[in-house]
Amino acid sequence: MSIDISTLEKGTEIGSREVALSRADLIRYAAASGDHNPIHWNERFAREVGLDGVIAHGMLTMGLTVDLVSEWAGDPAAVVDYQARFTRPVPVPDAEDGAPDAPTVTLTVSGRVGAVDVEAGTVRADLTVTLGETKVLAKSQAVVRL
Amino acid sequence: MSISTAREGHQYPPAHPYQVSREAIREFATAVKSQHPVHHDVDAARELGHRDLVAPPSFAVVVAQRAEAAVVQDPEVGIDFSRVVHADERFTHHSPILAGDTLTAATTLDRIRVMGAGAMVTTRTEIADQDGASRCTVLSSLLVRADEEDDETGGGRA
Repeated sequence: MSIDISTLEKGTEIGSREVALSRADLIRYAAASGDHNPIHWNERFAREVGLDGVIAHGMLTMGLTVDLVSEWAGDPAAVVDYQARFTRPVPVPDAEDGAPDAPTVTLTVSGRVGAVDVEAGTVRADLTVTLGETKVLAKSQAVVRL
Repeated sequence: MSISTAREGHQYPPAHPYQVSREAIREFATAVKSQHPVHHDVDAARELGHRDLVAPPSFAVVVAQRAEAAVVQDPEVGIDFSRVVHADERFTHHSPILAGDTLTAATTLDRIRVMGAGAMVTTRTEIADQDGASRCTVLSSLLVRADEEDDETGGGRA
């Protein structure tokens, strides 16, 4: 693999990206994951259970986020541990006009090295995911074996 | 509806074995917008030394949730699924999940923490392959939100 662990230290940036989401992305994730909870696709149901509207699967946000680490590491199989807490919902409104799959929200994903264990050959990447100014994940950490 | 802690520590029978297909990996990778070639192109996966397509790091949820469903559906636990939100998730991969694997998942109800009329339910799911080798451990917590009308502590919120 191309990354030299000895060049990494706490705080080293591993990159950032923006990810646009549409209601169609939620439906695609529901199909691919088998999680068909209607809070992720039906506005009426979401409101009936006390939400402000349809929200993204926490696991979709988590799944989108780790790709930054997979690309940085060069091989997704290098991610040996990955965790996150879902602290704030990500509302994904239906597109009011234009294409039905037009994105209605954009998440910003960024990562830094949180810890380096040269002996074990592992690096912990700490990930930040925000919707506007709001962090939607907490303790989003991926351990990579280099 | 109220949650009972009596089932804490209970291990549920494994879910029906899950066969990991190339198409399932490609479809999941596309859904999480992951373009890395090892999720899509068998030759690219082999170039990096993998037997077949590599599942994205969070793909294990697909396998785990089939076993976790036993907890949500267990009347002795008493979870109202319409009031469930996902609180946290952790995957510890002992070796990466690849196309061609046949995986068995078994869930243990690790902990139920009652909070007012709601609760935090934490499960641990062990995923093993056809040879019995442990491949991934999945920790997952569901927050069962209190029904505002039942909740004397005022803890009911999204």
